[in-house]
Amino acid sequence: MTQFSTWDIVSNLLLAARWTVLLSILAFIGGGAVGLVVLYCRIARKPWLQRAANLYIELFQGTPLLMQLFLIFFGLPLMGLDVSPWAAAFVSLTLWTSAFLAEIWRGCVESIPKGQWEASSSLAMSFFEQLRYVVLPQALRIAVPPTVGFSVQVVKGTALTSIIGFVELSKAATIITNATFEPFTVYGFAALIYFVLCWPLSKSSQLLERKLNVAHHHH
Amino acid sequence: MAYSFDFSSLADYGPVLAKGVAITVELIVVGGALGVGLGIACAWAKALGPRWLRPIVSAYVELIRNTPFLIQLFFIFFGLPAVGVGLTEMQAAILAMVINLGAYACEIIRAGIEATPRGQFEAGSSLAMSPIQTFRHVVLVPALQKIWPALTSQIVIVMFGSAVCSQISVEELTFAANFIQSRTFRAFESYIVATVLYLLLAVLLRQVMRGLGLFLFPRRRKTT
Amino acid sequence: MSLITITEVRKSFGQNEVLKGINLDVAAGEVIAIIGKSGSGKSTLLRCINGLETINDGSITVAGAQLAPDEVHLRALRLKVGMIFQGFNLFPHLTAGRNVMLSPMVVKKVSQKEAEAEARVRLEQVGLAHKFDAYPDELSGGQQQRVAIARALAMKPLALLCDEITSALDPELVNEVLAVVKKLAEEGMTLLMVTHEMRFAREVCDRVVFMHQGRVHEIGPPEEVFANPQTAELRQFLGQS
Ligand SMILES: Nc1ncnc2c1ncn2[C@@H]1O[C@H](COP(=O)(O)OP(=O)(O)OP(=O)(O)O)[C@@H](O)[C@H]1O
Ligand SMILES: [Mg+2]
Repeated sequence: MTQFSTWDIVSNLLLAARWTVLLSILAFIGGGAVGLVVLYCRIARKPWLQRAANLYIELFQGTPLLMQLFLIFFGLPLMGLDVSPWAAAFVSLTLWTSAFLAEIWRGCVESIPKGQWEASSSLAMSFFEQLRYVVLPQALRIAVPPTVGFSVQVVKGTALTSIIGFVELSKAATIITNATFEPFTVYGFAALIYFVLCWPLSKSSQLLERKLNVAHHHH
Repeated sequence: MAYSFDFSSLADYGPVLAKGVAITVELIVVGGALGVGLGIACAWAKALGPRWLRPIVSAYVELIRNTPFLIQLFFIFFGLPAVGVGLTEMQAAILAMVINLGAYACEIIRAGIEATPRGQFEAGSSLAMSPIQTFRHVVLVPALQKIWPALTSQIVIVMFGSAVCSQISVEELTFAANFIQSRTFRAFESYIVATVLYLLLAVLLRQVMRGLGLFLFPRRRKTT
Repeated sequence: MSLITITEVRKSFGQNEVLKGINLDVAAGEVIAIIGKSGSGKSTLLRCINGLETINDGSITVAGAQLAPDEVHLRALRLKVGMIFQGFNLFPHLTAGRNVMLSPMVVKKVSQKEAEAEARVRLEQVGLAHKFDAYPDELSGGQQQRVAIARALAMKPLALLCDEITSALDPELVNEVLAVVKKLAEEGMTLLMVTHEMRFAREVCDRVVFMHQGRVHEIGPPEEVFANPQTAELRQFLGQS
């Protein structure tokens, strides 16, 4: 049996962590894009669109991410699409992220006073123009802290993709554990790497929120 | 090519699913109750406790909130025996859920405590109650009432998270779905059934929490 | 012998010295009104007597119990002195009766039955026996303040500290609270009250303390203090109000 040094363990974990980071970034960007569409439907003045968006949000927020992963991993092939664990991971994390971001952003949009909508519609702006030029720029400011905060959930969510066989940090930890029989060290370091990825995001979300609150008090 | 659904082959596995649901319920009831208890204790420590305790609790909360539940679970189940703490699958799962929920509940409940007007603490002490008595009898209930919806959401999230306990062979709902799909080769149907069951469990859990809220806080808070 | 002895008490918030050596003896059964401009340190003085603020210097003794900042001494002191707040501070999740019962049960380990009987007596005393099961948000401000008084009385204190207890009330509710206080005074309760109700102070109080810039500027029976103020500051203060 080959001996593994601590450095072997850490370096292999770090190599695998690249995939965690890449998947997180892609899922976050994809989720943001889809989330914007869902947000638009959710606040559009068409009841059926709103209801569809609501259903979408409730389905993805109301079921375990692991189930969503399984359904997409096993479901897409049934529709004749051959998916790798990588693709299944990306698609499901994107959809899951979009639902949460849409809901977070809806809260931000709704916290903009009604008067802003009324004022802009009195200036003959269309719904889309109101959103684009008046409401979203204001909502964006308050949306930043919770959005950054949610990115932590995305990073942690990627750990589940190990279960469908995508080799990222968690899967690598399991593989290395099986080779080294040092679960305490390996999972300990894996946790540490996740922490190093997530903690700056959590902290900056908190700081941004505090800054925003202070700014609010001064106006 | 249209896929033809076949739920009938799952029919024989009712008892397996029922067992899975029962164990998921057990996980969330035990883990939820103990986790909220831990969260209350930590929230007290962080908001009102002795100074030396606060950084310790903060470190715990930050560590848990910034690492995935899966890794926490694996660390507890696979890692702890290496240092002499052997746990059964079920014990490890519950311990992981308690530790996980405890950290999130701590932050949620602390916000409730910090929203308590200063006058409530002062009224308590002017009536000769000790800080702990004031916390327990004066501060805690209104604080919990304020954050009950957020706490409910977090417990639902933790229940969804419990799906990964299947990975250490806890025979909960996801484990049951995995088992059934391995026997029937009807993966999609198995997971749809499990997903619907999770959806129903979440609805039920919210109702139970609502009922518990009505019992604990018979008074509706005036929205001022 | 005096019930409350305040000797050379000093209190600062950071650089700001708010109490600059207060001396005051209160006899048992005495009713004292504390008046003075906003910021003169009236609330701070009362809060010090109840141990809600720790003093920097001097000493406060109540019926022989010395004020010290540790838990044991504070509780001993607070068992002797009750406090009524401007903002009532009733516990919103408990009924009026439960508000009154809580502390005797928790602190004095009185049985629920006894505590309930005591609470009914106390609520009766403030004219609210029929509101035993009402929650604070179902009561008017005046009623809430009377429950707060009943709650303090249930601990059987030797003295009550009242900090502008009618200031948060609508004018038409002030009298029902003052009537309760007046009755307490007649029954021999020791009272230290910060108040802006000059007429009440004149009628009910034995002595009036005028505080100015953290000091007891003038002190005496109401008839003297109001009719014949010795200092320009008090004259000015009385002229305003
Ligand atoms: N917790 C505190 N921290 C800092 N300064 C304080 C604090 N409490 C009171 N002060 C200051 O102490 C001074 C006296 O305050 P205090 O509340 O005792 O006045 P007061 O006579 O009760 O006035 P009012 O009639 O307005 O109630 C004020 O200058 C106030 O700003
Ligand atoms: Mg005051």
